[in-house]
Amino acid sequence: MLLRRVIPCLDVANGRVVKGTRFVDLVDEGDPPELAARYAAAGADELVFLDITAAAQGRATLLDVVERAARRVFIPLTVGGGVRSASDMKSVLRAGADKVAVNTAAVQDPTLIRRCARRFGRQCVVVSIDARVMPDGSGWEVVVRGGRDSTGLDAVAWAQAAVELGAGELLLTSIDRDGTRQGFDLSLLRAVTSVVDVPVIASGGAGSPEDMAAAIVEGGADAVLAASIFHRDIHSIAAVKAALAAAGVPVRLIAAA
Amino acid sequence: MTTLALIDYGAGNLVSIGQALELLGADVRLCRRPDELAGVDALVVPGVGASGPAMARLRRQGLHRAIPEAVVRGAWYLGICLGLQLLFERSEEDGARMLGLLPGKVALIPDAPKLPHIGWNGLEPVGQHALLAGIASGTPAYFVHSYVAVPDDEGCVVAETVHGGRFASAVAQDRMLGVQFHPERSGADGLRILANALALIEGRAAAEPSAPAFAAVP
Repeated sequence: MLLRRVIPCLDVANGRVVKGTRFVDLVDEGDPPELAARYAAAGADELVFLDITAAAQGRATLLDVVERAARRVFIPLTVGGGVRSASDMKSVLRAGADKVAVNTAAVQDPTLIRRCARRFGRQCVVVSIDARVMPDGSGWEVVVRGGRDSTGLDAVAWAQAAVELGAGELLLTSIDRDGTRQGFDLSLLRAVTSVVDVPVIASGGAGSPEDMAAAIVEGGADAVLAASIFHRDIHSIAAVKAALAAAGVPVRLIAAA
Repeated sequence: MTTLALIDYGAGNLVSIGQALELLGADVRLCRRPDELAGVDALVVPGVGASGPAMARLRRQGLHRAIPEAVVRGAWYLGICLGLQLLFERSEEDGARMLGLLPGKVALIPDAPKLPHIGWNGLEPVGQHALLAGIASGTPAYFVHSYVAVPDDEGCVVAETVHGGRFASAVAQDRMLGVQFHPERSGADGLRILANALALIEGRAAAEPSAPAFAAVP
C-alpha cells in the first residue's frame, strides 16, 4: 500500500533556509544540506526545497545547495522556485533533484508543463499552485511571484488544466494559511483532490499533527508539507507520524534514534 | 575495486546514485560513449524520464547497441526505474522500442488508484534472490513512475509491489538486475539493496548486514 508522506519544506533564499509569514518577514533558519540531513535522520519521507530568491543571480547558489544536499541524504528531493524553462529543469535534475516544481512560469506559459513532461516524464514534473481565497469568497484564485501577484485564474480549474498538460503531482499551498499554523485550508484541498487523479501535497498552515491528519483524511491529500513547525522544533516528524498512524493513515515509521 | 559505468544519457539524477555507489566502495565512472564501457564490471543505467526520449538519446550516443554488447560480453547490468524498463523489448509509453535484453513489455500500472505512483510503498520479495537479502516483506522503498515492466517470463520477478494492481518491483535474470524503485532514495534499506547488487557483481555472498556504510543512514 502506498504510504502517506510527511515532507519538511525548506524555503531557500541566497543559499540559506528562511521562513516568514506569507512570504515576508524572512528569518534565517540554517544551512540547507545540514537541515536536510537532520530531517532525513528524523524520518522525513521527502524534502522540498523552494528557492524564494527572486533574482536570477541566485540560481547558481541554488544548484550548489541542491547538489550538496543530494550528496548527503538518501531520500527524495523536490526542488522548485524560479524554474522558467525545460533547460532550467534539466539543470536542477542534474544537480540531484528527483522532481522539479514549476509555478509562475507555468502560469505564464502552460505549454512549459507539457514540454517538461515530454522530455523528462510527467512523474518528475510537479506543478506548484499558490492559491488565495477570492475577495468575494466564491473560490480560490492563483497567485504568482511568491504570492505577490494576483492572476484572477481559478485555482481548481488551473489544477485540472495543469494535470491535463502533464503535471505528475500538485503542490497546493494556501497563501492565506501559509506560515500561520492555523491548519490547512481543507475546503481548498477537497476542491482540488476531488477533481484530479494525481498525488496532491498539502501545504500552508500546518500547526499540529492533527492538522496533518485532517489534510489527508478530510482533505484527500497524499502528502503533507510543513516548514516552521519542524524548523522550530514545535513538533517532530516522529510525533506527526505517530498522530497519522493513530488516525489510521499508513505511514513509514522509523525506529527512534 | 569494482568498476561501474554509470550511463549518462542526458536526463536523470546521476548525483545521488553515483554518490550512493561510491559510499558503498565502488569506483564509479560516468560514461557517455560506447568506448567508455570497455573493461567495466557493470553498467548502471539510471533513469528519470520518458522512454521515447531516453531511447532516442541512447541511440544518438550509440549506446543502444553498446550496452547489450557489453552485457553479452559478461558485464552486469543494474537498471534503476527507467533503467529496469529499458531491459525489455518495447514500451507502451511513446511506443518506444527498448534494449530488448529480456522478453516482455512496459505498460502502465494496472488498476492504479492514482498515477504517477509517487511515494513509499512496500516490497514483497518473491523467492530468495540475493539482490534482496536482508529485506523483509513490506519494507518501504521510494517509487516515482507510472509505467512498469511486464516480463513474458515471470520467473525473473524477484519482488512485487501493489498499487491497485500488483507489479514487478525488482527483476533479476543472469547478470541483469533491475529495480523499479529508487534504492538511492530509499534510505538504509535502499543502500542495503545496492550493496547486495555490488556483492553479486563482485561474486561475493550478500552484503554484510553490519556494513558500516549504510548502518548509520536512516
